[in-house]
Amino acid sequence: MDSFNQLLHGFAVALTPVNLLWCLLGTTVGTAIGVLPGIGPALTIALLLPITFQVEPAAAFILFAGIYYGAMYGGSTTSILLNTPGESATIVTALEGNKMARKGRGGAALATSAIGSFVAGTIGTLGIVFLAPVVVDFALSFGPAEYFSLMVFSFVTVSAVLGSSAIRGLTSLFAGIFLGLVGIDLQTGQARFTFGVPELLDGINVIVVVVGLFAVGETFYVASRYRHGKDEIIPLKGSIWMTREEWKRSWKPWLRGTVIGFPIGAMPAGGAEIPTFLSYFVEKKLSSKPEEFGHGAIEGVAGPEAANNASTAGVLVPLLTLGLPTSATAAILLSAFQSYGINPGPLLLESQPTLVWGLIASLFIGNVMLLVLNLPMIALWVKMLQIPAPQLYAGILVFATIGTYGITQSPVDLVLLYVVGAIGYVMRRYDFPTAPVIIGMILGPLAEQNFRQAMTISAGDISALVTRPLSATLLALAVLALFGPKLYALATRPRQPSRSAG
Amino acid sequence: MSGQQADRPVPRHRPVGELVIALGVIALAIVIYWQTMAMPVSPIYAQAGPTIAPKISAAGLGLLGLALLAAALRGGWQPDEERETAPDMPALLWVLAGLVLNVLLIGVAGFTVASILLFVCVARGFGSRAFLRNTLIGAAFALIAYFGFAEALGINIGAGWVENGLDSLLRGKGH
Repeated sequence: MDSFNQLLHGFAVALTPVNLLWCLLGTTVGTAIGVLPGIGPALTIALLLPITFQVEPAAAFILFAGIYYGAMYGGSTTSILLNTPGESATIVTALEGNKMARKGRGGAALATSAIGSFVAGTIGTLGIVFLAPVVVDFALSFGPAEYFSLMVFSFVTVSAVLGSSAIRGLTSLFAGIFLGLVGIDLQTGQARFTFGVPELLDGINVIVVVVGLFAVGETFYVASRYRHGKDEIIPLKGSIWMTREEWKRSWKPWLRGTVIGFPIGAMPAGGAEIPTFLSYFVEKKLSSKPEEFGHGAIEGVAGPEAANNASTAGVLVPLLTLGLPTSATAAILLSAFQSYGINPGPLLLESQPTLVWGLIASLFIGNVMLLVLNLPMIALWVKMLQIPAPQLYAGILVFATIGTYGITQSPVDLVLLYVVGAIGYVMRRYDFPTAPVIIGMILGPLAEQNFRQAMTISAGDISALVTRPLSATLLALAVLALFGPKLYALATRPRQPSRSAG
Repeated sequence: MSGQQADRPVPRHRPVGELVIALGVIALAIVIYWQTMAMPVSPIYAQAGPTIAPKISAAGLGLLGLALLAAALRGGWQPDEERETAPDMPALLWVLAGLVLNVLLIGVAGFTVASILLFVCVARGFGSRAFLRNTLIGAAFALIAYFGFAEALGINIGAGWVENGLDSLLRGKGH
């Protein structure tokens, strides 16, 4: 019941008029950037990070959380009406949702995805309320060695398991870890990798890297293959009020999607794509009309959308209780905490109850706002889809420059931004994932810190990592996650020449 | 989509990009190692000092670079769809020109002028030739950004001719 009382306190925080306004602003901005192609929650929150110097933590996190949730709602609109997924986690939604829109059932597709997102987001947020204290109890026994091993496990799953290639994922991760090392080592005052550039002594700002990869790199990429083409926007047809039959076919997939999405999001591995694909295949298997799949089956929208939003909620569990980000957006949220001098971890719920419970309560409120924003007001967002690409991307880059130049007014940061952008473009072309760069950059220094603390405690004995049972288990899991899939494939593969997958 | 093409012999291509990337990663590992070795380390921190994490990342990137090199020599890994799409060079150059102009001018002429040029160039890269219209949209956008976004976030972005002029007009005081 303690959680319940805390949550009530959280609502008292979130329901103040000012915080309600922050929540409304966040959900509105979040939906907008979710709808717009080329701009996502990680980029937006990174650009807004300077706000942490201006407002109190609870307000900033209510704003950021609104953006985070809102982007997931908005992304489905783009997937359904444009067939260009706004966010990577809504790829599956485009499969069936776009087909539905083509058949004049766009209204129903948008409705089932918005209501499904609401159901899943609300249940997922309830999941945070009940799961977070449990994880905290467990994590209180963690020492630096356990934290380090947990981070290693998370590094491996985030970069090696979830992408198309373990080697490329890990390369991205290590590049990020290197970026995180640049600057003065806080424990010894030793300057590292500054190459004589004084601007680098403070380290490379994470905003520069996020904006470089996600705004500049993305713009280069889209420009390189745009060819002045036009995306076909399917006009919104069909009532947004679902029929009886559509309700009947939707509610079970919503719940199943939630059950699939939340635990996967809450695991230290994270990732919103896997649960959406999983949910899609489950719905296809269970559907009474499997022949409709691929031609606009409503279950194929309802399930994955719910899974997507439930995992979005789940990701907040390891972030708030362990300080472990498992997505690029979560990593930015972690750096927002750091900007306030707050270290997320098992003590966060104790030391910052107003912030944490206010944030969780605002997620419930945000979900209600998002339902209203995304159903009755859907026509407004459809209009945003009509912003032509030239002005959209030009605008994104202007904002990207303000966000970056504003940090230090240093042209060095802008040059760095462009270099990172060019690298981001090459990464896109050659199928390197970008999220591990951000996670490595933000989590890397924390992993280093825990490693060095563990080594100090054990007087330099590295075996401390494997003699403590929990730490050893986590490292073993990391090794298993890294090599397990390869070994399994080797063991079960029939003898035939390998060919690159299409 | 390209299901019928499986039987056609795949044209051999040279994995130049992949080779460059692999060698670049190896070079980065070498630079990290070299710089790490150059760090003076007090013996107090000999066990877990500031060089341990750099050493791990140098080793990791070195091994990954070699693995990438092996993959590149086996024919590369770039997805077919990417390989077959030649990048639109003029478009990329327009975007690049906008970015370069921006960084060159933002200090001298201020944020608004630099942003307008960036806006016009990027829009041109995406095929919009309406220079006058884009200049106006870019100007509106930059000024909204300057006075809204920057003021709200309390960040100071480069003021120049336009900003200072407008600022003194609006606030009725000169700088």
